[in-house]
Amino acid sequence: MKKSLVILSVLLLVSVFSSFALAKGFTIAMLVKNVGNPFFEACARGGQEAADALGNTFIFQGPPTPTVEGQIEIIENFIAQRVNAICVSANDFDALVPVLKKAMANGIKVISFDSAVNPEGRIVHVNQADAEQIGKLQVQAIAEMIGYEGEIAILSAAATMTNQNTWIRYMQEELKDPKYAKMRLAAIVYGDDLRDKSYNEAMGLFKSYPDLKGIISPTTVGVSATAKAITDAGLIGKVKLTGLGLPSEMAEWVKNGACEAFFLWNPVDLGYLATYVAGLLCEGTITGKEGETFTAGRLGEYTIRKSQDGGTEVLLGPPFRFDASNIDEWKDVF
Amino acid sequence: MRKGGGVQIRGLRELGIIVFIIIISILVGIRNPRFLTWGNLHDMLLDTAVLSVVAVGMMFVLVTGGIDLSAESVLALTGMVAGIIIKDNPYLSPVFMLLFGLLFGGFLGAVTGLIVAKGRVLPIIATLSMMYIYRGITFIVSRGEWIDAHEMPESFKALATGRVLGFSNLIAIALGVYLLFYYFANHTRTGREIYAVGSNLEAARIIGINTDWVIWLVYTLSGALSGLGGVMWVARYASAQNDTAAGFVLTVVAACVLGGVSISGGAGTIPGVFLGAITIGIINNALPMIRVSPFWRMALQGLIILVAALVNVAVARNVERAQLRQREELRMVRHGA
Repeated sequence: MKKSLVILSVLLLVSVFSSFALAKGFTIAMLVKNVGNPFFEACARGGQEAADALGNTFIFQGPPTPTVEGQIEIIENFIAQRVNAICVSANDFDALVPVLKKAMANGIKVISFDSAVNPEGRIVHVNQADAEQIGKLQVQAIAEMIGYEGEIAILSAAATMTNQNTWIRYMQEELKDPKYAKMRLAAIVYGDDLRDKSYNEAMGLFKSYPDLKGIISPTTVGVSATAKAITDAGLIGKVKLTGLGLPSEMAEWVKNGACEAFFLWNPVDLGYLATYVAGLLCEGTITGKEGETFTAGRLGEYTIRKSQDGGTEVLLGPPFRFDASNIDEWKDVF
Repeated sequence: MRKGGGVQIRGLRELGIIVFIIIISILVGIRNPRFLTWGNLHDMLLDTAVLSVVAVGMMFVLVTGGIDLSAESVLALTGMVAGIIIKDNPYLSPVFMLLFGLLFGGFLGAVTGLIVAKGRVLPIIATLSMMYIYRGITFIVSRGEWIDAHEMPESFKALATGRVLGFSNLIAIALGVYLLFYYFANHTRTGREIYAVGSNLEAARIIGINTDWVIWLVYTLSGALSGLGGVMWVARYASAQNDTAAGFVLTVVAACVLGGVSISGGAGTIPGVFLGAITIGIINNALPMIRVSPFWRMALQGLIILVAALVNVAVARNVERAQLRQREELRMVRHGA
């Protein structure tokens, strides 16, 4: 609560001052799905860093719950405040398009990051990781852990989740490679991103498939619930686990051996890249067209490429691997 | 007067659900023999422990003709506050945390109880409001963050992994709650007054029962048990989240109703709630083990609950018919309808 008060007063101050004092650099606003989410707090840290690097002003905002209505209201405010750029992690692919078009008509540079909006409502999208890469990397990791042999299972979020389903499709694609000939995907189950259901599903997997060697769980709740289930069932070392997880949640399970390694994109870098791209768009250094190249500060060279949804995107890079060697340094970050 | 015949009838009433539990266990056991092993049975009871504790509280509220939708938020808020306390004070004993859960949850429930009993707000509205308020406070106190496994001391997590007499601590707690409240419901004056209030509020008032106090009490009890459940939940999953147990209250009410607790008040027994909770536990535990497509399982889950309810109703109706023949008690007609 205190934080949102502070943000509110900062916004008020910014809007008051920007009307008569020429603010230093551009004002770049980051709008996230919801506030109070450690993932986005980490994005904001990167955003602040990038804004400082380019001499811009950085604003961070989000609705209290991840709703489209809350985001629309905030974007309307941004337009009224005449910010120079908006980086949005959208709560809906299409619903924000009208208000974002209005923002662009007012000369605001709009980009999406983390969760894309329709290409009509953005200049460019900053993609955290390539779906194909995410899928393949997890299969490669579990294969190494189990020695390329045995039954594996996937414990996903809800059966309707587009992200997870795309990743799973690429996992199945990767498993067709002859080097995985001795591995078999025994089951795909859904824990609905509920801790109790995910835990039960993991327990069910152990009992339904006594020879199970590994589980991939491409969702943060699923992977930590599965780690707890592996621990409780006394299967550490017998059933291997990888997936997409948050270091703070996974620290315990990396230390006790239930999960040797897992992946996630680095949210600090993601926020940094998004805010950097927004800054370059404001300067006119880039325009968001396919094929443009640029240097994003400490992150190095990037090329804008065509995205699957028909627009353009910048790809952050391969997902980050977390394991015993670096978990301590990350567990307090997000 | 009711007691003599009551025991016998109650036995019959719960026959339906017992038969159902046996049938479903055999069917699942055929498909996956591991279902009927001691280890799995223990896992299943463990899964049912939190549900049991919260359902006992819910039963008393349902018996008075009310409903406590705030139970899941009380569980989440108490779990979160307990998580924050144990994170900052890892030396605290787990037993203290359980007591804290009871007291803190009881306080939250008492507030709801006041609104229902003294404010005369309909239970469904009062508890729906409190469900949102307590969930909101959960976000506020946690600042949207969660407590992770590595932030909890081993002693606290051992609450869920430790055992007494071969049973998990959590199962022991649930059993203790069942025994205590079985005694409370059947052998104490206050316990009987709860049933009297639920059967006929006006009559209860006329014979001198302090009905407001009884109604306040059941919400306080429900809060206390939900709070206890919250601490158990957080220890069990080694994680306190803002959305802990979202939607859980429906499962709790389902367990009660399957166990023969009447939504319109007046009827409900502790053994019934136990059987209802076990039924839900079996469904949750068995479905992941029978190797059918997850897409079918969701529909199957609904179907099983429906069949259980139908079997239950059919048996109850037969019992009541027999009873009607014995003595024409008006109250029974109401429940048969």
